Amino acid sequence: MFGPGESGTVIECGDNVTCTAFHAIFTSVLLFLVLLTGFAYTTLLERRLLAWLQARIGPNRAGPAGLLQPVADGIKLIFKEDITPRGAEKLIYWLAPLIKMVPAIVVVAVVPLGPPISIPWFDGNWYRVTQGLTDPNIGVLWILGITSVGIYGVVLAGWASNNKYAILGGIRSSAQMISYELSMGLAVVVPVLLAGSMSVGDIIEAQNDPPILGWFVFQNPLAAAILFLALLAEVNRAPFDLPEAEQELTAGYHTEYSGMKFALFYLAEYIGMITVSMIGAAFYLGGYHFVLVDRFPLLGPLVYAVKVFLLLAGMIWVRATLPRIRYDRLMQLGWKIMLPLAMVAVVWTAIAVFLAEELGRGVTAVFAIVAVVLFLGGAQWWLSRAGHSVDEPSEGARVETVSLSEQARSGR
Amino acid sequence: MNLIRGFVTVFKHLLEDKVTVQYPEQERPVRERFKGRHALKRYDNGLEKCIGCALCAAACPADAIWVEAAENTDEERYSPGERYAKTYEINMLRCIFCGYCEDACPTEAIVLEHEYRLTFSDRRDAIYTKDMLIDQPLPGTPGTPQQTEPGRFTRSIPEMEDPL
Repeated sequence: MFGPGESGTVIECGDNVTCTAFHAIFTSVLLFLVLLTGFAYTTLLERRLLAWLQARIGPNRAGPAGLLQPVADGIKLIFKEDITPRGAEKLIYWLAPLIKMVPAIVVVAVVPLGPPISIPWFDGNWYRVTQGLTDPNIGVLWILGITSVGIYGVVLAGWASNNKYAILGGIRSSAQMISYELSMGLAVVVPVLLAGSMSVGDIIEAQNDPPILGWFVFQNPLAAAILFLALLAEVNRAPFDLPEAEQELTAGYHTEYSGMKFALFYLAEYIGMITVSMIGAAFYLGGYHFVLVDRFPLLGPLVYAVKVFLLLAGMIWVRATLPRIRYDRLMQLGWKIMLPLAMVAVVWTAIAVFLAEELGRGVTAVFAIVAVVLFLGGAQWWLSRAGHSVDEPSEGARVETVSLSEQARSGR
Repeated sequence: MNLIRGFVTVFKHLLEDKVTVQYPEQERPVRERFKGRHALKRYDNGLEKCIGCALCAAACPADAIWVEAAENTDEERYSPGERYAKTYEINMLRCIFCGYCEDACPTEAIVLEHEYRLTFSDRRDAIYTKDMLIDQPLPGTPGTPQQTEPGRFTRSIPEMEDPL
């Protein structure tokens, strides 16, 4: 629809040096600004949605409907006194927020936001560019590696603060993030197997096969669930937010930070939320694909934004509902429950892919249906089992019920 | 299943009415015995009830009240009886709104009313003087000082018809 028609050919941007350079610079700046604005309004979304879920109104005074609240927060943080605690390691104290923040922003460089589009340029040619910074064929590896670098920022912040609660928070947080990286890695292997490629763009394209029904969440819902939980734990979000719990740890690893440095931690956390929502949507929810995106490639980013918004709303809903998980139970969950289940999911998908190659596409559909049925059934079983064990005493417990009125009547 | 029920319960709050009161467009009504800003009351004939006895200042746990008494004459009468409060100041920053002054007053002159919107931007503006606290006389009745006939207002504390 929007193309050169019959006037000329479309040049691949990768073939032309000027195009590559210009596209790279333009898209990085655009992505950076979009992420920062997204971060600001995600904080507002969180406060308002959390408030609505608690039957109250969130901030609605600064600007219409509170839309200038992030600006007000930013101004406040800029004016705050920038304290460096006595005895803190100055260089590391100063660097730690950057070490946490930069990977959070950079990780989405490999996630395409839409299908490739053709853009007219001033020299009369049309160039075919990706919507998104780049799409290397090891995109998944980039994502896994860069998220691991962010963990250094947390543990260094805790240690450099010269505060026992901070270092406890830092070590807990980094241990939690490392533990859940395992399940996350396995859950990310599943889309790689299904798409046959480690490039995020290929993974998204492979989910268009029947549109919507071809999303990988229907192929392996267990892996999708594990990925979403592991990503929640990666960004230290409720219910896995013990490392930054005010009640338990006086704000954990960022206790001693104030002003702009704290703002950078805050920024890193919320951008991490956006980023992992983007990753989750790309791997399991079809990325930028929906019904009309093939014909109107410019709708891709919009569809993607809606999916990211829904995932963020889901994260906020979870935060409003669940209490914090105690740290030892959190580690048990990560190692003893999620890791074996993730391995099972990978094996399931491996068998499915192998048989599909041998026997044809019908196998994929059969495996998908069986996987969904098993997942829903298993979830239903596990959820109803967890309720009963609290209400009834277990077998073998001797329970003696005594009636108080009977005691009164017998005169005791 | 309780997990799902938990999520549904929280979701239902989205559809409920919000409990937030959007001040200043909406205000919560105060209770009848709410202790807000003080007021010095008058009798229906216009004379002030306050006789300058300073029992309120003595009762105040925060030492927020300053009373200076002066003598009433029949030509220049402010209150029934011998004394009236020439100076009456309450420091709103010290006041804890406990209502002990109201309990201590023998003539029910100082009462705590419902006004809570008290703002000032200087500490000196926090000292409320007598002209800020005194009630206005009812329309049609004279204010103070009044000129009264001698012998009429000799009692500080009024005759109570029903002491109970």
